[in-house]
Amino acid sequence: MNTLNAQRSTLHAPVDYLLHLADNALVLGQRNAEWCGHGPVLEEDIALANNSLDLIGQARLLYQHAAAQIGQGATEDTLAYFRDVPDFKNYTLCELPHLPLMSATASGDRDFATTIARNFLYSALMVLVWDQLQSSQDEQLAAIAAKSLKEARYHLRHSRDWLVRLGDGTDESHGRSQAAIDALMPYTREFWVNSPQEQAAQANGTGLDVSTLQTDWNAIVDAALSEATLKRPGESAFVPTGKQGVHSEHLGFVLAEMQSLARQHPGATW
Amino acid sequence: MSTTALKEWPLWEVFVRSKQGLEHKHCGSLHASDAQHALQMARDVYTRRQEGVSIWVVQSSAIAASEPNDKNEFFEPASDKVYRHPTFYEIPEEVGHM
Repeated sequence: MNTLNAQRSTLHAPVDYLLHLADNALVLGQRNAEWCGHGPVLEEDIALANNSLDLIGQARLLYQHAAAQIGQGATEDTLAYFRDVPDFKNYTLCELPHLPLMSATASGDRDFATTIARNFLYSALMVLVWDQLQSSQDEQLAAIAAKSLKEARYHLRHSRDWLVRLGDGTDESHGRSQAAIDALMPYTREFWVNSPQEQAAQANGTGLDVSTLQTDWNAIVDAALSEATLKRPGESAFVPTGKQGVHSEHLGFVLAEMQSLARQHPGATW
Repeated sequence: MSTTALKEWPLWEVFVRSKQGLEHKHCGSLHASDAQHALQMARDVYTRRQEGVSIWVVQSSAIAASEPNDKNEFFEPASDKVYRHPTFYEIPEEVGHM
């Protein structure tokens, strides 16, 4: 190993930055898993479960990497199951229910157009994020990014394909997908404001400046919306704060369902 | 599961080529609205355990199939013509393994 590599391998992304990336994947993976057994058709049911397993797999790798730096008995399980709402650093977008109305409970009715629109907006961002993180100074994060990029590309392809079909489909599917885009688009404003953990990661060469991704993201989103005959809503002043630990009321329901088993039976194995 | 979609979406036959395989093999069928859709669904349903490196889909209605009732006239006549198997030649040693 030469000196350059020796130096590189000692660099780690800040723990909070790894948790931000991991929490996005875990919370959205948990959300999409709510479709398991309820998909509109069998094939789509499997596709959404595949998507969830990809995301939960990404979360596991990131939690393991973070746990190794935290030490003190931290594991991927303690990070996923024994942290509370304010500790989670995911985008608010990832925790919202599968409904355009912001009044549903965690297990309420599911609207497929909302699921698709959210997966589209998120994966359009993550193909750009993972692509850049492939050259992170944190070698392990770079390797996770290379693996995740392939998965994110398929998630983008899958959700974009459906968004165009629904938007350019029947009156019903067009109306639902437009409502989903209208409801979710404001939550993407959080993407472009660097959080303290993103700034720290950028400063030590393990992260990136998220604000530089906006132009490319706009191009992906606008092209798909135009093909789907959907209108992009105007910008609103609201900027969500999920990645700083200040969440909507919905994350508590998601965590309650996801964490209850591990908290009732700590250390359970099967 | 909605049955409306299954009525409206045509049926597709899925063929997958495995990593070692030379040819695509039929592995099942699914309902999808068009070819692109069928390919993506086939990817999610039939290749998630690393079964394949290539997928073909073809609309089931595009396949012309022989009738089970034609079995006798279609296939029986071949049964007594063993000479059609190239097993009656003596291969010269110089040719080696074929």
